Amino acid sequence: MASGLHNSDVPNPVLRWIDQRMPVITMMQKEYGSFPTPRNFNYFWNFGALAMVNLMIMIATGIFLAMHYTPHTSMAFDSVERIMRDVNFGWLMRYVHANGASMFFIVVYIHIWRGMYYGSYKAPRELLWMLGVVIFLLMMATAFMGYVLPWGQMSFWGATVITNLFSAFPLVGDWIVTLLWGGFSVDNPTLNRFFALHYLLPFVIVGVVFLHVVALHITGSNNPLGIEPKGPQDTLPFHPYYTAKDSFGLVIYFIVFAVLVFFAPNYLGHPDNYIPADPLVTPAHIVPEWYFLPFYAILRAVPDKLGGVLLMFGSILVWFVLPWLDRSPVRSMRFRPIARICFLLWTVSFAVLLWCGGKPAEEPYVTISRFATAYYFGYFLVILPLLSRIEKPLPLPESIARAVLGAGALPAGAAAKPMEKA
Amino acid sequence: MLRTSLKALAIVGGLLGASPGAQAAGESVAPPNAGFSFNSTFGTFDRASAQRGFQVYQQVCASCHAAHLLSYRNLQALGLTEAQVAAIASQVQIQDGPNDEGQMFERPGRPSDRFRSPFPNQQAARAANNGAYPPDLSVIVKARPDGANYLYGLLTGYEDPPAGFAMGEGMNYNRYFPGHQIAMARPLNPDQVEFADNTPATVENMARDVTTFLAWAAEPELEERRAMGIKIIGFLVILAGLAYAVKRKVWANAH
Repeated sequence: MASGLHNSDVPNPVLRWIDQRMPVITMMQKEYGSFPTPRNFNYFWNFGALAMVNLMIMIATGIFLAMHYTPHTSMAFDSVERIMRDVNFGWLMRYVHANGASMFFIVVYIHIWRGMYYGSYKAPRELLWMLGVVIFLLMMATAFMGYVLPWGQMSFWGATVITNLFSAFPLVGDWIVTLLWGGFSVDNPTLNRFFALHYLLPFVIVGVVFLHVVALHITGSNNPLGIEPKGPQDTLPFHPYYTAKDSFGLVIYFIVFAVLVFFAPNYLGHPDNYIPADPLVTPAHIVPEWYFLPFYAILRAVPDKLGGVLLMFGSILVWFVLPWLDRSPVRSMRFRPIARICFLLWTVSFAVLLWCGGKPAEEPYVTISRFATAYYFGYFLVILPLLSRIEKPLPLPESIARAVLGAGALPAGAAAKPMEKA
Repeated sequence: MLRTSLKALAIVGGLLGASPGAQAAGESVAPPNAGFSFNSTFGTFDRASAQRGFQVYQQVCASCHAAHLLSYRNLQALGLTEAQVAAIASQVQIQDGPNDEGQMFERPGRPSDRFRSPFPNQQAARAANNGAYPPDLSVIVKARPDGANYLYGLLTGYEDPPAGFAMGEGMNYNRYFPGHQIAMARPLNPDQVEFADNTPATVENMARDVTTFLAWAAEPELEERRAMGIKIIGFLVILAGLAYAVKRKVWANAH
């Protein structure tokens, strides 16, 4: 063994030669083969892997769409319909991409919800959580710009409304808006830069996802009990246990995805986006895509424009400081009877905001939005800090193995871990 | 106040031809389910109806409405032969060029040509239609909520305005058009076209046929999409069973 080479134990000589010089096989085995993973995951822990697959689907279909799309105001709409009609399987690529955006948000919302319910944001996973919030913000920007590209009525007016929000900021507001537009109204330069950025940002997401995974593999995963694994009896190797479990979840996810793509491809879209953009005709109700509706409702719940914009951004930025708002040492809501109810109510407030966001800005929806917005922020800024002090959590189980296998069970780790090198 | 302004908006929308957002205005009436075959989950297009619908489009709608995303060759998907399509295409004159002398010239249409639009641009269309713009019909069924039923309702929904309803100048009352005032005069009248298969050319039949044609025009991939979906979902359901069995086996001694 020459010095400087990695000490590889890959049996195949060719692969070993590579692994000695660039130990990616050793790394994959360590991070995705024998990686010790809490043995008590439920199916909520599928959604990180699903999000990863979804991101790859979006990039793959997006690249093929970009080969046929024309980012020009006079041709964009027709070029998208040309993809639907004349490009081989173009309709499939486009519907997978469009519904893939919705699937991505469904998956990521569940992933975030799981992190909140089981306290995955708490020490030592604060940075992991914050990187996740960064990914979510990047996703929102990417999805927003992607929706502009077909240059339909909702593309155009959604872009107009959302970019105009930045004008609420004092001093720099108008300058930012001009910069976003590349001129003095939403027009061809806007479409061009949105297309360029829509192609760029997914790769930024890939980069932050990589950091997210790196951080995950330092701290290890949280689990439904929220207690750290204390030894090998509490964990299972990632492969084959979680590769098998993720595979099943992935197929179920594909079924839901396929139902949307093949049988209801336009169900989550807005019919107005099949009308070519017309700067002279304003739709009666400008609504963003469904996944932005909760934040749109918060924006409209505030009578003041700047206040609305600040609250809207604040509703996501508050997630960044969640690890410090919730000081309770108990992670999982299973053992926090009061916080659990308050969090489930928060989930309801989020759903109510989603519903209100799709309704016109009139009564009673505005008042309902205001109550829901108040609870949304109240949960983070008042309830969680307060409960950290006063709530008495239920007793935590002794260990994961004890909770999963029962009090009398022997640690089955040895039998269940054929790939672990002791 | 709000109601009045919405109504005003709907009327302005009507003047502009078809306001995209006006369907959300308070004055819209949900169209009844006309029972189109393609609207059911696994449904397909009625080819005979779609062919008759093309005839209605060609002889009635096309004098004002473009469908510029369609090509004549696409009609083969409705069961027309190559020769029939070539004959249909050759009936129109298409501007082509420039030729070697730099001149634009007219030539008979070819199957590869897009449907010829009745007007060279939106301004010309408005000028010829009292200021209203007849929208392009290529994707109209996708561009309206419950598009096929709406379109059928619109085409059969012309009636006299209720007593006291203030009609705008040159507008027509329609039960299903948002705001009820539409610039387009009643487009379909009994026996307006003569169908080769002796189907009676009632307003309902023509409306049903042309709606079927336009639904196909908006989603020509619909049948292929659903057929593929059945295969893919069938495959995935079996795969899900296998994946679950594998998961059970792997986890058998780990619980």
